[in-house]
Amino acid sequence: MRVEPDLGFCHSVEPPGTAHFVLASDPVAIREGLQSLFALDLLKSLTEKSRDSAQIVVAEVLNNVVEHAYSKYPGTIEIWVTRREDFLFVRMADDGLPMPGGDLPRGRMMNTHDLPEGGFGWFLIRSLSHELTYHHDGKYNILSLCISVDHQC
Amino acid sequence: MRLESERQGEILIIRALDDRIDAAGAIRFKERMREMVTEPSDRVVFDMSNVAFLDSSGLGAVVSVMKSLEPPRRLELSGLTATVEKVFRLTRMDSVFIIHKTLPEARRNAG
Repeated sequence: MRVEPDLGFCHSVEPPGTAHFVLASDPVAIREGLQSLFALDLLKSLTEKSRDSAQIVVAEVLNNVVEHAYSKYPGTIEIWVTRREDFLFVRMADDGLPMPGGDLPRGRMMNTHDLPEGGFGWFLIRSLSHELTYHHDGKYNILSLCISVDHQC
Repeated sequence: MRLESERQGEILIIRALDDRIDAAGAIRFKERMREMVTEPSDRVVFDMSNVAFLDSSGLGAVVSVMKSLEPPRRLELSGLTATVEKVFRLTRMDSVFIIHKTLPEARRNAG
């Protein structure tokens, strides 16, 4: 599968310094991919707080793709991550099922009194990221987002 | 997901030995925890000080374990690391659990 980063998303992605991973659609591959991604210098130079937020967002989006887009058949997920000043730009593509209704879930805050065991994912993604966009280009789900980050001095 | 448990007086302490509770391990974690909490005790404290990363599946699993306890026993948590604390705080699930900063604090505070 080849999906080139769209230079128009958020501000732009410059290919040099962009981390690119292709992950299999199973939770163990996602865990290993996250561990490799967050061990890169690109992410190690962020403050722990920024790295935590970024890891939560990326993990939730990847888990969602595995759980929903690839619920009927397996596949791969491509992910590109790059940093520009105080933002981390993340783009992901998969050829799983499109989002129901062609749009991202609203991700409402759950009622804690009901003791929910799920449904936290999109709420966390939306709380910790911005410029969230999604489209299905006829073959691929393409999702992009930005995360505000701080660097270590 | 490796877990170990220990009795300290009336408290059953269950300690996570791995550093992640995520989608890859949430189901096994939940099953194992549900088995371990069958041991009778007045209180159950889950020591999360080794857990550096918790995703929404992991959070759901922790909630599920709490729901499996029969009142008045509740799942108390201890030693939340920064990322784990952030997930609990953002989802406001920190209001649902009794959370102790450290294990010694958990031992001092009865419920």
